[in-house]
Amino acid sequence: MSAARVGVVTFPGTLDDQDAARAVRLVGAEAVPLWHADHDLKGVDAVFLPGGFSYGDYLRCGAISRFAPLMEELIPAARAGLPVLGTCNGFQILCEAHLLPGALTRNASLHYVCRDQRVRVESTDTAWTNAFEQGQEITLPVKHGEGRYVASAETLAEIEANGQVVFRYVGGNPNGAMNDIAGIRNEAGNIVGLMPHPEHAVEELVGAPSTDGLGFFTSILKKLVNA
Amino acid sequence: MTTDSVKRAESTPDEPMPFAELGMKQDEYDRVKEILGRRPTGSELAIYSVMWSEHCSYKSSKVHLKQFATKAPKSDALLVGMGENAGVVDIGDGWAATFKIESHNHPSYVEPHQGAATGVGGIVRDIMSMGARPIAVMDALRFGGAHQDDTRRVLPGVVEGISHYGNCLGLPNIGGEVAFDPCYIGNPLVNALCVGLLRKDQIKLATAPGPGNKVVLFGASTGPDGIGGASVLASATFEDESQAKRPAVQVGDPFMEKLLIECCLELYAADVVVGIQDLGAAGVSCATTELAAKGTGGMHVDLNQVPLRDPSLRPEEILMSESQERMMAVVRPSDIPAFMAICAKWDVPATVIGEVTDTGRLVMTWHGETIVDIPPGTAADDGPVYERPFHEPAGQAALNADTPDALERPADLRATLLQLLGSPNLASKAWVTDQYDRYVRSNTVLAQPADAGMLRISEAIAGAEPTTRGIALSTDGNGRYAKLDPYAGAQLALAEAYRNVAVTGAKPLAVTNCLNFGSPEDPEVMWQFAEAVRGLADACRTLGVPVTGGNVSFYNQTGSTAIHPTPVVGVLGVIDDVAKRVPTGFVAEGLRVALLGDTAAEFGGSEWAHVAHGHLGGLPPEADLEAERSLATVLVEAARRGLLEGSHDLSDGGLAIALAEACLARGIGATVALSGEPFTDLFSESAARALVAVRPEAFDEFAALCAEHEVPCYGLGVTGGESLVVQDVLEVPVSELRDTHTGALPAIFG
Repeated sequence: MSAARVGVVTFPGTLDDQDAARAVRLVGAEAVPLWHADHDLKGVDAVFLPGGFSYGDYLRCGAISRFAPLMEELIPAARAGLPVLGTCNGFQILCEAHLLPGALTRNASLHYVCRDQRVRVESTDTAWTNAFEQGQEITLPVKHGEGRYVASAETLAEIEANGQVVFRYVGGNPNGAMNDIAGIRNEAGNIVGLMPHPEHAVEELVGAPSTDGLGFFTSILKKLVNA
Repeated sequence: MTTDSVKRAESTPDEPMPFAELGMKQDEYDRVKEILGRRPTGSELAIYSVMWSEHCSYKSSKVHLKQFATKAPKSDALLVGMGENAGVVDIGDGWAATFKIESHNHPSYVEPHQGAATGVGGIVRDIMSMGARPIAVMDALRFGGAHQDDTRRVLPGVVEGISHYGNCLGLPNIGGEVAFDPCYIGNPLVNALCVGLLRKDQIKLATAPGPGNKVVLFGASTGPDGIGGASVLASATFEDESQAKRPAVQVGDPFMEKLLIECCLELYAADVVVGIQDLGAAGVSCATTELAAKGTGGMHVDLNQVPLRDPSLRPEEILMSESQERMMAVVRPSDIPAFMAICAKWDVPATVIGEVTDTGRLVMTWHGETIVDIPPGTAADDGPVYERPFHEPAGQAALNADTPDALERPADLRATLLQLLGSPNLASKAWVTDQYDRYVRSNTVLAQPADAGMLRISEAIAGAEPTTRGIALSTDGNGRYAKLDPYAGAQLALAEAYRNVAVTGAKPLAVTNCLNFGSPEDPEVMWQFAEAVRGLADACRTLGVPVTGGNVSFYNQTGSTAIHPTPVVGVLGVIDDVAKRVPTGFVAEGLRVALLGDTAAEFGGSEWAHVAHGHLGGLPPEADLEAERSLATVLVEAARRGLLEGSHDLSDGGLAIALAEACLARGIGATVALSGEPFTDLFSESAARALVAVRPEAFDEFAALCAEHEVPCYGLGVTGGESLVVQDVLEVPVSELRDTHTGALPAIFG
């Protein structure tokens, strides 16, 4: 079969798009650039919403991006089951677009934080984490100023009960997130958002001192091949 | 409201102009009148006053800086030297790197966040204007004493400004320095470095050739920021009170700068740019005069076309505004539609404001009246040149005579190690650097706290030809050394940056510098400056690394008290195979640890004298440049042969601190033995030394390599265990080293 095609979205101010595309290529998939101003998903099999400061994070992180023309295509497609991964700013956009519950707010320290972070995989029943072991601890870099996950008490109880928490920080919570939540999924498991950056942990030579991020990309390949 | 046109200036030759308020001397003003054959208009005065300022014209430093050219070593690597926006060096395989360091000291004291942020923005635009993709930044910072009140205002603001702007731009911050000394309390130093990559045949220059070509201003609109003196002009000429209050510090918009980067790179790729210049200090004045002076020689600009954020701005203010995130390009008329389409794609406003002419004059109009008509070279290149008087400071001999010899030596070297390791200058800077994104763009091979930052090249520009090469960068400077001996101090700054690059396995190639000094009008400061430049130029010749550009920052003083003279030197090096980079510190157990280079009892200006005794006197360590060169040769060759598992430069705090930091890199201890007097062996700051970790089976080959290059190599011991053990002297668990090292800055800054 032809290579799986993973779309990588660029908004004005997106920063990690090249990194995400490189990670997609590293596992043998095709990275397809998607442009915020196009009403066109180019028939991709999955979408990666990378990190950055889309629209300068003005107004609120992700608040402007959710209205981009591309999002008008992406939101219904995701609701219909298209696999979507949002990291950092991408996670913020997914929450703003109500594809994932809750919100991401200013770090409790009030400082931007860049560090190599241990996280525990809490759910392998998703399009993006099926290559991991339940309970596996992995190291991924975090780098954000607004990554503190918050949700109402009801929502929090619901996502915990449904097993929608996908990643939890271990060995220190970098931003004060509720329940140490680093990442979550929708009920169906095709949409995952997390603050850490798998695309910066895929090569020995560069980035974080770990290649644990590769698991995200092998997961989506596995998912697409089995689909 | 009357416009001060050329016609009006001719008819009112005796009208007094506020040149003194704009910082211009009487004789300088007289020269402007002589050049023009009449009094300048307000707009012309605005242009000359900023272009002939110290900041833009280098009028006090020029006569000294030319040594960087006259003494320059022969180098095949230099593609573009001093005088352009940034120097460009050949790094092989068709690739070139451009890098430069620049100060934003004064604004960062007034408004730390915006001052530091726009410092990053400015240097990034310099790199973009060479045709390069900016790929990383780093910052050399100096603050007042860590416990002084104002440092708690300035440092968090500066770090936040750099963090916000750099992170939002998507450029990894891969190194730099943070140091504290009470001499910087009213004059913090914020020196920002940017490095960019380009293909050798894609260099862009600031030039406006070809009559009929269009002049395009693109990026942010022009507002009343950073105008400073221009409001003097406006209110003096027009008596309009509303113009008087202007913010003197510019405000940055990193989002616009990110769009500008991507937009510029696409414009370059489409080959629709003939010449380009960023707008920094002196804004439109500087860009138009420099572009015109280096091109066909003439330009016509309609200032009414400049998009304004504040429609009440007067032409003098438009000319002097330092609004950020603006660029000026020269574009062939046939390329204008393609140029505009790319700008529109990136939501970057772009406006044609004029065209290139062959008249040899820079002419500007405002509502149809000519308000500027000058030969552009007279503003851009023919500024005043001063041979300022200088002499050795009155107290210099006494300072040098006050050696640290008489200072009481510590009885407990373990306590001294911990005291130094937890002192603000030597403590972990993670509180600062964890606020910077070091991973974005995924090319970061080494970042702080490594001795040098290192980046792979191959993936830096999408679709470019693959290469195994990488570049390494370090900045260093020691104000205390330079205070004791500015000639040697500048050489030691270069030597340390050079060594820091070499310990990672990269061959040092080229130099940039940021020279931070007090007032050039003080002959004692001017002596420090002259000596530092002479020292640096001599050292660059000896080490074979040319200066490619840099920046001078004068007037870093409060009242008559100047900062320590602080030359900050950045060195760029190349590693042929980036996979062979040498990480900083001890990366595995069971490695042989060796010290390279000789140790003498050198404590003048040392961190020990500073921390333990608050003492500054005597002479700094000897700068033995031949020894530095041999050491670097060994380190680079050993890395190439794969002999080194880890390494670390020795500098502030000497061997004791280097050992502690090497253990902290991966939490691996070491057991070592000393051969000489323990205090000197551990805390002397003799230069030209490094620590290496070598696999036991490779040690003989490594030792032979050192012998071949006459680099002293002393086996100290082995890595392993959970403590740093210096036999018969001290033992400290790595966990205690870590707590001391990482706890210091958070305890002060929260």
